[in-house]
Amino acid sequence: MAIGLKLRLPIEFRIEKRLQVSSRLRIGISLASLGLALALSSLIFALGGLSPLAVYGTTFSWIFGTSAGLSFLIVKGIPLLLCAVGLVVAFRAQVWNIGAEGQLLLGAVASAGLALFVMPSAPAPILIPLMFISGFLAGAGWALIPAILKAKLNVNEVITTLMMNYIASKLVEYLIYGPWRGKTTWGFPYTDLIPPNAVLPTVPGTSIHWPTLILALASAIIVFMLMERTSLGYEVKVFGGNPDLARAAGIRPSKIIILTMLISGGLAGLAGVGELAGIHKRLRNPLHISAGYGFTAIIVAWLARLNPIACILSALFMGALLVAGYVMRSSMSVSEASVNIFNGLILACIVAGEVMLRYKVRVSLSWRGRRRGVGNGPGRAHAPRGH
Amino acid sequence: MGARGEAPRSREPLVRMIGITKRFPGVIANDKVDFELMPGEVHALLGENGAGKTTLMNILYGLYRPDEGQIFIDGREVEIRSPRDAMRLGIGMVHQHFKLVSTLTVAENIALSLEGTGLILPARRVRARILEVAQHYGLEVDPDARIWQLSVGERQRVEILKLLIRNAKVLILDEPTTVLAPGEREELFKVLRKLAYEGRGIVFITHKLEEVFRVADRVTVLRKGRVVASGLPVRSTTPSELAKLMIGRELKPRLVKKPARLGEPVLEVEDLSVLDDKGLLAVRGVSFNVRRGEILGIAGVAGNGQRELVEAIIGLRKPRSGRIRIDGHDVTGKAPADVLKLGVAYIPEDRARYGIVPDLSVAENLILKLYKVPPFKRGFFLDEEYILSWSRKVVSDFGIVTPNVRAPAGSLSGGNIQRLILARELSTRPKLIVASHPTFGLDVAATEQIRSLLIEQRERGAGVLLVSEDLSEIMELSDRIAVMHEGQIVGLLSPSEADVEKIGLMMSGKLKEVDG
Repeated sequence: MAIGLKLRLPIEFRIEKRLQVSSRLRIGISLASLGLALALSSLIFALGGLSPLAVYGTTFSWIFGTSAGLSFLIVKGIPLLLCAVGLVVAFRAQVWNIGAEGQLLLGAVASAGLALFVMPSAPAPILIPLMFISGFLAGAGWALIPAILKAKLNVNEVITTLMMNYIASKLVEYLIYGPWRGKTTWGFPYTDLIPPNAVLPTVPGTSIHWPTLILALASAIIVFMLMERTSLGYEVKVFGGNPDLARAAGIRPSKIIILTMLISGGLAGLAGVGELAGIHKRLRNPLHISAGYGFTAIIVAWLARLNPIACILSALFMGALLVAGYVMRSSMSVSEASVNIFNGLILACIVAGEVMLRYKVRVSLSWRGRRRGVGNGPGRAHAPRGH
Repeated sequence: MGARGEAPRSREPLVRMIGITKRFPGVIANDKVDFELMPGEVHALLGENGAGKTTLMNILYGLYRPDEGQIFIDGREVEIRSPRDAMRLGIGMVHQHFKLVSTLTVAENIALSLEGTGLILPARRVRARILEVAQHYGLEVDPDARIWQLSVGERQRVEILKLLIRNAKVLILDEPTTVLAPGEREELFKVLRKLAYEGRGIVFITHKLEEVFRVADRVTVLRKGRVVASGLPVRSTTPSELAKLMIGRELKPRLVKKPARLGEPVLEVEDLSVLDDKGLLAVRGVSFNVRRGEILGIAGVAGNGQRELVEAIIGLRKPRSGRIRIDGHDVTGKAPADVLKLGVAYIPEDRARYGIVPDLSVAENLILKLYKVPPFKRGFFLDEEYILSWSRKVVSDFGIVTPNVRAPAGSLSGGNIQRLILARELSTRPKLIVASHPTFGLDVAATEQIRSLLIEQRERGAGVLLVSEDLSEIMELSDRIAVMHEGQIVGLLSPSEADVEKIGLMMSGKLKEVDG
């Protein structure tokens, strides 16, 4: 089979919809996309004069072979999981909460305020739960504003939740540059450290703030039960799957929109408490408090196909990816741009793999069809025949 | 218009499909199907829903590739990889769901469909051709009108014009009459006869027997993916023979209805006016009532206010003026939740939109009206085991064909989706059933079942408001018939005094007769 003079390959690609997806296929495609991403990234690293094998080897062995690496990965996974599980609730209702980032920041603000100013001397067993509660309420409250706007006035929540992120970020900046600026910070724009009784305990030898980890895992399970076993979850799914039918069946849209946003924002708020009281121990620049978890969590939720339990895996996966970036930069001196390309390639390949799950590509050598098939049929002309 | 059979015929078939097999997971949609289309004929492709008619034609039109089999066009073997290939071979198809851009004009839509038009649409150049071709075939349509402004019948004309301007020799029409009023249907048949007379070949996909006899020269019958009769001359067959071929058994006799045992009025509509989506008055001062134990049929060409009327009753649309009472309660302007609570079942016109949640399972779809009450819900949680076992029972009671109750509802066929909707809506033993086009697009078996279910409900003592364009359905089921035209009830008849012609005249607004 030779390539024709017209440089037309005698290969035909056809895309057809898959009607059934086996789990073997799903795993196979996921691994293949990952492999492809690694192969493509190798080129980038090689162009930068690095040995791809060395980069992968070092990164992989550090993340999964050292306790520091594993702990780092889990620490990154905690806020991702909390935010993603919350997003699952909203996304199932087709309520597009893009504001987890801001809701997370509000959780951090509320718990910082509580620990620094309201009850700094309360004992930890009282203070820490109250910080989580206040964080949940603050995140939920922040989400309530766009929720009400959507439920009552049908304002697009994508825009409002996105914009609320910037307001939240500026609010944090206002606080740390203004009224909350610490007395012991040499004028730097952050608050004082929260009192030790407000600091979350960690797993010894690591920085894993386990109370938040437990909350995150519990939230995944609770949300799973909520969605699959309760009438509220049922209403959310009906509304998300067919809002017109839900309305016709007597499900109130405003109830669903507000409730899902409250849960979504509240869980993001919990993530904020964890970051504040488990990692930073003070309110500081919003870019440090959140590193974009609220946005990355959108990817986590979708990779898990909006299944809260699967979010545990996808949060760890994204966590590993984030850590891999740090490792490459710090110990392999890979440039930041290359790391970004690496992350981008991995996500792009996985998303492309999703398409392959839904469609199959048929490749066939179809020399015969090219020659004898279409093209020589009559009726090419646009003009109708004369009458 | 030439009489049938007079068309000039050459011996070479336009289309010959041999041994076409197409498998989808779990089903063989076409099993070694042979099909032949001669120039100058209207060839009916008859079969129930799911018999494989559309699949076969989608293969000819290049939307699917066959797993096996050969296609010959004008005697030459071809491979059709895409609709573009099909069009180059002179094959065109009008789908059940039109492929038009609703915000563009007729001329723009037609220009879009032409090949190699480049960046600037030659809508102007095409305009003249449209007028010429439209006039020649009697397919009058304003080339400058935007698609959304057109009636369904006019949109269909645009689709046909698209093919004619490309000079298609083979025209495939997929169930073209489902969207048409009786008058429009006759117009379409005339056009088809004329096209055949010119030597084109027409494939007419249908599941309606009478249409085969109205328009076709030959008929090929498919059942469960196989050809059971190939190229039968219509003159040498009978409706009952075709029915038997199509469904594999004799047609059931007409439904027997006991005389109505009328009870209290369950729905009272008083001087009701409702606006449509564009803000125009769609229902103008309509009054009627439905009593328990009766079926009130509303006949009319789609778009004469029936949809707005039903939506106002259900609470999906706020009336502008007038009163609606259900079981004595004033529900004017109330939310659907409040209306449905009173014991109202709603069989929607738009099954995709209001009928099911396609991504949720059959069981989850079935419990939509019951999930809040025990034994479906116990305390905080849904009782999954009870729901599954109850759903299995309902699925078998209503004959819903599904692999299992956890399969997504969207994977069911149209007839089974409608069975699911009925099962769900009737699960609460409603007092009033509002059914919009309940058998639209369904095959014979599903249609029979759904009609007898409605009669069962009437005999149980429910009131039924039946909106349908299908006159035979209206006449077969209704105890009283109201005819709607331009938002008004122009006639209220009993089935005994009603005949198709009289109702047809009323539907077209040529006859009014309101006595109550």
